[in-house]
Amino acid sequence: MVQINLPKNSEVQKGIYYQDKTGSKNIRKVNVYRWDPSNGENPREDTYEVDMDNCPSKVLDILNKIKNEIDPSLAYRRSCAHGVCGSCAMNMDGKNGLACTKPHSEIEGDINIYPLPHLKVKKDLIGDLSGLYKQYESIEPWLKTNTKVETTEIIQSKKDRAKLDGAYECIMCACCSTSCPSYWWNEDKFLGPAVLLQAYRWIVDSRDDERKERLKKVADELKLYRCHTIMNCTNACPKGLNPAKAIAELKKMLATSNL
Amino acid sequence: MSSYKIIDHEYDVIVLGAGGSGLRAAVGLSEAGLKTACISKVFPTRSHTSAAQGGISASLGNMGEDDWRWHMYDTVKGADWLGDQDSIEYLCKEAPAAVIELEKYGVPFSRTDDGKIYQRPFGGMTKNYGNGIVQRTCAAADRTGHAILHTLYGQALKHNTEFFIEYFALDLLMKDGECKGLIAWNLNDGTIHRFRAHSTIIATGGYGKAYYSATSAHTCTGDGNAMVLRAGLPLQDMEFVQFHPTGIYGHGTLISEGVRGEGGYLVNSKGERFMERYAPKAKDLASRDVVSRSMSIEINEGRGVGKEQDHVHLHLSHLDKSIIESRLPGITEAARLFANVDVTKEPIPVVPTVHYNMGGIPTNYKAEVLTGNDSETVTGLMAIGEAACVSVHGANRLGSNSLIDLVVFGRAAARRAAELVKPGTPHEDIGETETEKCLERFDKLRNSNGENSTAELRLSMQKTMQSKCAVFRTEKTLKEGVDDVRKAYDGMESISVKDRSLVFNTDLVETLEFDNLIRQAITTVDSAYNRQESRGAHAREDFPKRDDEKFMQHTIAWCNGKDSKIGYRPVTKTTLTNEVQYFPPQERVY
Repeated sequence: MVQINLPKNSEVQKGIYYQDKTGSKNIRKVNVYRWDPSNGENPREDTYEVDMDNCPSKVLDILNKIKNEIDPSLAYRRSCAHGVCGSCAMNMDGKNGLACTKPHSEIEGDINIYPLPHLKVKKDLIGDLSGLYKQYESIEPWLKTNTKVETTEIIQSKKDRAKLDGAYECIMCACCSTSCPSYWWNEDKFLGPAVLLQAYRWIVDSRDDERKERLKKVADELKLYRCHTIMNCTNACPKGLNPAKAIAELKKMLATSNL
Repeated sequence: MSSYKIIDHEYDVIVLGAGGSGLRAAVGLSEAGLKTACISKVFPTRSHTSAAQGGISASLGNMGEDDWRWHMYDTVKGADWLGDQDSIEYLCKEAPAAVIELEKYGVPFSRTDDGKIYQRPFGGMTKNYGNGIVQRTCAAADRTGHAILHTLYGQALKHNTEFFIEYFALDLLMKDGECKGLIAWNLNDGTIHRFRAHSTIIATGGYGKAYYSATSAHTCTGDGNAMVLRAGLPLQDMEFVQFHPTGIYGHGTLISEGVRGEGGYLVNSKGERFMERYAPKAKDLASRDVVSRSMSIEINEGRGVGKEQDHVHLHLSHLDKSIIESRLPGITEAARLFANVDVTKEPIPVVPTVHYNMGGIPTNYKAEVLTGNDSETVTGLMAIGEAACVSVHGANRLGSNSLIDLVVFGRAAARRAAELVKPGTPHEDIGETETEKCLERFDKLRNSNGENSTAELRLSMQKTMQSKCAVFRTEKTLKEGVDDVRKAYDGMESISVKDRSLVFNTDLVETLEFDNLIRQAITTVDSAYNRQESRGAHAREDFPKRDDEKFMQHTIAWCNGKDSKIGYRPVTKTTLTNEVQYFPPQERVY
């Protein structure tokens, strides 16, 4: 029989409880996933009581408050703090998003903060995205053009340029791919919504001369057709993009083109 | 420090930083056949180039006549004559080819009706030497930096650049005044890495996080600048800190100058378009230092908006909805998320916010780092992007001149390195002294067991810089700044780091970053204290006039611990070629 129980070291244990020291009347409990690779212990869930009277509006502000005022050892990625760099993607209240754009007022009750699902955890809220980055590389995200003109730009009509809207804005935060059950199951073979959206971005760029080759490359049972239109990706995207639609477009192109 | 395992690497060239300039350099180096490593503390597309919105300047002339000489004049004037005109000539002349190259790489620029790159008006960008507004700023909607950064990362992948990602650089390896590489800490597994290179290119960006309210990312801590200071080399023109006129009030999020380029304008509590009074010709499109000062005066004189009357309004609801949707979608989203404002109906509350460092590591136009002694260069060391002070931006940078700076000088650095370094040249032995010294500092901070949290010291430094070294400065505030910022430095004697581990120890990362920031804060406020004139972004209420006689010079600042040494070096008053003449200083009005 196959072993279906999870290994012992994946059990999340009850962690440290950090009681409020400010005396604030407006406290929220924040439960945060913690795991330190250097001590051999199981992951745990620490609870912090956070004074909300002196906390700005986003989940990232809560984490910064914890790190600055309660527990500097908490590890998470963050950078731009306004939703353009994609560093602070994590799972909040059971849903993937960017901590810097997610208002904590949208979360009822205790606030649960976990790493993006189904990634190897490096420490606390920091997930390992190297697999996704490799897949991104595999779709060859650069313009392939045979143009000989060097001194001027390649002409692209406004209409053709508009086809890139909704695709080039992707910040590679991985909220979509790590919310996709199909990607959880086949993360090594299925490209997942983030990377397929990028594949689509180059396929529909009118300046690119290798559209067919690019399409052929993704036309694979595992790379593309593991998408079962679950739509979690579109639901998760913090930038309001629609990877599911891009994947559907790819399938449509393949069904109607003569490759 | 034998307790740390050290992994050695040998490269022809290493690039520290993977933002716009670092990636452009890395692409050029790989093309030239040099064995190149690109080291970054964040994954390349997380770099702060991604936050640039409005565009990248180049006199393509897609929207009407333009000339790189006009662009040069605007840049010289914007810089308030503190820029080096040989470097500015190089920047403006190379700009069109650099943008065309980006387009060929795949940057999704917005388009004109005839399918060319769309260009928008921007502050200080004029035609025919200050006579009327020109459309020179090439845009990919209001996400130009994002589009360029992702495209350049793709190009680096195409050229098989070797990346070392989430490596935090600690110090340069110097020997007899020459740079031999650097030491970095791999956050992924906690190992220490020693990179040897014949040329080390610093592309670590600015240090906006020395201030409390900045559009800069959390990671903008000027690590490369601090490494240069610790190597005994100077930084240049550090007093010139740009306040962007339109950061969202209370949050600091950038609202692009492109909003004003597309027709938006600023309004005070009386409903006046006050910029008409300060800059009758350019109005809301005067250069950033001028607009930020005007806003500060309005607020100081009681004409600010809001409960505290401490900000002003940026109106764009009069713009055509289709223009907002197609050209300003990013700021529409930002205003909704961070100011709770629907830009089609309401104005955005804005306030001048720290945005850019004109100062940095002094270089010539080939990106070679200068020792501060005339035009003498440091062998083996280059700097580009916001970390560098070439100086093309002088005392004040024009909007959209930073993205072009990244790619033009990123390319220049690669070219120069290819001239200087022969692929595969062996590395000489440099001994262990530098490595020991670097790891000693690292180990001391890692095991520090004091009373002061890094966050508290950082906050104290940030608040000092924000209140004592801001838009307007006086002898009194600066003197207080000079003293107060050193209190934060002294606090490091008893700093506390709780996390002792080596894998993703972000407690230690932030402590090392604070150690980097505080040295730059000291050089900034000391440089400002010593410059007794007003020029560009440095506005002294006690010295309101520009003093060309005494101060048409670059400040050079060394910093050893909390002791700084200030010197000056002349501004370059010659052009690179005879294709353009030197622009002599004039009164600067917009």
